[in-house]
Amino acid sequence: MTLWFILALMTVAAVFAVLWPLGRAPGAPREGSETAIYKDQLGEIERDLAAGLIGAGEAEAARTEVSRRLLAAADASPVAAAAPQRGLRRAVAVAALIGLPFVSGALYLKLGTPGLPAFPLAERAQAPAATESLDRLVMQVEARLEKNPNDGRGWEVLAPVLMRLGRYPDAIKALRNSIATNGPTATRHADLGEAILMGANGVVTAEAKAEFEHALALDADEIKARYFLGLAAEQDGRTREAAGIWRAMLAKAPDDAPWRPLLQRALARVEGVAAPSEEQIAAAGASDAERGEKVRGMVERLATRLRQDGSDVDGWLRLVRAYMVMGDRDKALASVKDARAALTQDAGRLRQLNEGLKGLGIDG
Amino acid sequence: MMPEAGHYALVLALVLALVQAVVPIIGARRRDPALMNVAASTASAQFMFALISFGALTASHMVSDFSVANVFENSHSLKPMLYKITGVWGNHEGSMMLWVFILALFGALVAVFGGNLPATLRANVLAAQAWIAAAFYLFILTTSNPFLRIANPPVEGRDLNPVLQDIGLALHPPLLYLGYVGFSISFSFAVAALIEGRIDAAWARWVRPWTLVAWIFLTLGIAMGSYWAYYELGWGGWWFWDPVENASLMPWLSGTALLHSALVMEKRNALKIWTILLAILTFSLSLLGTFLVRSGVLTSVHAFATDPARGVFILAILIFFIGGGFALYAWRAGSLKQGGLFAPVSREGALVLNNLLLTTACATVFVGTLYPLALEALAADKISVGAPFFNLTFGPLFVPLLIAVPFGPLLAWKRGDLLGASQRLIAAGLLALAGVALVMAWSWGGPALAPFGVGLAIFVIVGAVSDLVERCGLIRKPALALKRARGLPASTWGTAFAHAGLGLTLLGIVCETTWSDERIATMRAGDQTMVGGYSVRLDGFAQRHGPNYREVTAQFAVARNGAAIGVMEPSKRNFVTRGSATTEAALMTRGFSQLYISLGDLSADGTIAVRLYHKPLVLLIWLGTVVMVFGGGLSLMDRRLRVGAPRPARSAKALQPAE
Repeated sequence: MTLWFILALMTVAAVFAVLWPLGRAPGAPREGSETAIYKDQLGEIERDLAAGLIGAGEAEAARTEVSRRLLAAADASPVAAAAPQRGLRRAVAVAALIGLPFVSGALYLKLGTPGLPAFPLAERAQAPAATESLDRLVMQVEARLEKNPNDGRGWEVLAPVLMRLGRYPDAIKALRNSIATNGPTATRHADLGEAILMGANGVVTAEAKAEFEHALALDADEIKARYFLGLAAEQDGRTREAAGIWRAMLAKAPDDAPWRPLLQRALARVEGVAAPSEEQIAAAGASDAERGEKVRGMVERLATRLRQDGSDVDGWLRLVRAYMVMGDRDKALASVKDARAALTQDAGRLRQLNEGLKGLGIDG
Repeated sequence: MMPEAGHYALVLALVLALVQAVVPIIGARRRDPALMNVAASTASAQFMFALISFGALTASHMVSDFSVANVFENSHSLKPMLYKITGVWGNHEGSMMLWVFILALFGALVAVFGGNLPATLRANVLAAQAWIAAAFYLFILTTSNPFLRIANPPVEGRDLNPVLQDIGLALHPPLLYLGYVGFSISFSFAVAALIEGRIDAAWARWVRPWTLVAWIFLTLGIAMGSYWAYYELGWGGWWFWDPVENASLMPWLSGTALLHSALVMEKRNALKIWTILLAILTFSLSLLGTFLVRSGVLTSVHAFATDPARGVFILAILIFFIGGGFALYAWRAGSLKQGGLFAPVSREGALVLNNLLLTTACATVFVGTLYPLALEALAADKISVGAPFFNLTFGPLFVPLLIAVPFGPLLAWKRGDLLGASQRLIAAGLLALAGVALVMAWSWGGPALAPFGVGLAIFVIVGAVSDLVERCGLIRKPALALKRARGLPASTWGTAFAHAGLGLTLLGIVCETTWSDERIATMRAGDQTMVGGYSVRLDGFAQRHGPNYREVTAQFAVARNGAAIGVMEPSKRNFVTRGSATTEAALMTRGFSQLYISLGDLSADGTIAVRLYHKPLVLLIWLGTVVMVFGGGLSLMDRRLRVGAPRPARSAKALQPAE
């Protein structure tokens, strides 16, 4: 309501600005004239002459010239007498009274957003706590840290939240700051490596690897770092090395370690399709049927996992390859279809899948 | 509520500008005083609404109202308050708002202080001004509206580019715009004169103070921009012949020419048509400059691709005002009466020479700036016209101009005495020759032209001083000198200061470009290097943090001849929000010279790339412009620029000889 009141007030002021001069008594207008200036120029010549800035001859010539202009200007003035135009004034007044509010109102309604109130930051900060989202809380912590970047605890708390929100670049920054202020520990370097890896869509980049190695240098038993170095080996194609790392971890792991299943899955993954590992060579001694059973078991586990989470392109490729190796072409083609269905939302990964399939000799 | 009130105020300003663009012209033709007076009241009201609108935008920036798209895109709640405010014009939409705000301000000034103008002239000037204003309001509202809103405002803004978070750049655009927009008044005066078909010496006197004000601000703006580039960009250069810089230099050159030709017109009623042309030209170049900087006529090829509406609108504005101005000129100039005659050697002659050289210089800059653009747009070829082109064309034009500068004020109007003027400049000439000889002896085997540059600078400075000495009669009648000095018109002092400032700037430029010493070194803590006779030792590094950045500073201990004279601390700043960095050079001032250290990359092994410069007399470049501006200010205070105000007492007094 107040907005409309203010807009109306401004409109009235604008209309008044046009009407006011029209309504005033047609007295002699306040105006300057050329004659005043020429008279002053004459005065200036006298001053310059008196100050010795110009000679008498020069002054005389200039005086003649200015006087001639003065006379011309004085002659011209009376011709231009004021001529009040009552009809015209009335027309302008009416146009201002009706046209001005109409035009400005129409233009504003077309361009403006009168229904939207202002939203200053200070007002929003006082909004009830119930409406405050996680984003908002994170923002406040970030704002505080911005002003006080040496608050190590703040960075330490912020980093995992950012990771969970998927803001990996910010998480990387927070972890770096945490390391800088709190000092390096194996856990922090491992977390940093993980953040870098997540930021790179799950690829263990050289940078991430360096962080994991750093972590292991500080604590050779850092679980996360070791696991991811295994992953790095797998991604580099050194599956045997990956399996070795993970197996060693499993051997040392306490029975109730929550990450045991993860490791077992990872191990199954690399061993399912990898070039024969020691275990498989050992298994070669067993009967074909036994070995086949074992391999089928691993492949089934992989298939189950992919049914739950279909975003792993490499997993799908591995599965398809496994079926091909096992001579089960139908199942291979069926899982290609499943893979396409699972990845249909993600153009990048779909392309990745198709390229991989081409490599396997299945239509791209 | 506030952004919407600002938005509506902008709409009202547009509508009032439309009224102001039409009614007073009709009034002036029909000689109706009331209709003519509509110009003054609407101009004042229009300014009020522009003020409300600009104020509302600024307030939205100050309270970080991210429901305004412009604030969201260019601000951040953590930014220091100063940069929240300056961020208003750190972007396209906001800078256009500043432009129209200043335009409305000048319009209101003419309305309020234009009482000494004939009523028809004032009405026509304000109407022409309103045409410009209306075009810009329309441009803002339709293509660059800063009051567009976001229904679900985001929690945080995107922040202003850190490079722009600097006090130099905060002040640079308003000064530059005051200059650009100030020339719109000269333009409006020219258009009004063409419409009335009448122009005379009085017109020149009316238009001169406005031109002078614009010139003062433009000079300051250019100097400020140049100094900012010098200390912020970290390359130690102060002028790059960059299109954006050239865009501001062109109106300065033609504006300077306009100032001088208006003088001839005022005194002698000559050069009238030329002055009108210069007024139109200067504002055209200002318009071009505004758009070159802001929305890229420069990058027009790309601007059209990204935002065709804006590009087309800009082109339309340029065509309408520049084309319209020149068309009106071509149509009406023939009807103007030519004025007084003068001999080639005279004050007028000198001023014509000044005009010729300045406009030619302006033309070379124009060609050098726009030719590559035209070529790129038409033939898709990319060429770059760099400093060598400008140094080879601009330099030779300025040398004769500078030689002529001291002669101008010494020549009489109408018919001058070159020999007499030369005699009075003998002292300046001798001092200049002595300067050349001294510098040559000191830098034997060095650059051949530099001593002559120094000599020319001395000639200009001493020439300006000797003009004053001559006028005060310091040598002929020393006893009376003080009294006479006080009696001299302020504009005489202004001329002398402005010309001397020019000389100072030249001296700075010559010394800096010739004897600047540069070292690029890779240093680690404890390393020492020499630059310009100073020994500089890197002591170590320190980490700090400011309100919205962190920085690494390096401490350098500076010593001369073994005696420590101070510590310099250049730094590299990291702005966290935008994840970008700036370089803060460290400057140490020794007299008018400066030591300059700027940091490069810090490598892992603890070494850092460092650029060190010793720049002799570099401060004179900007000191000279300040002196020029001071001269302009003195000239503005001259009593004759105030004359004509309708106060009978004063006009009566003006009739009396002063002494």
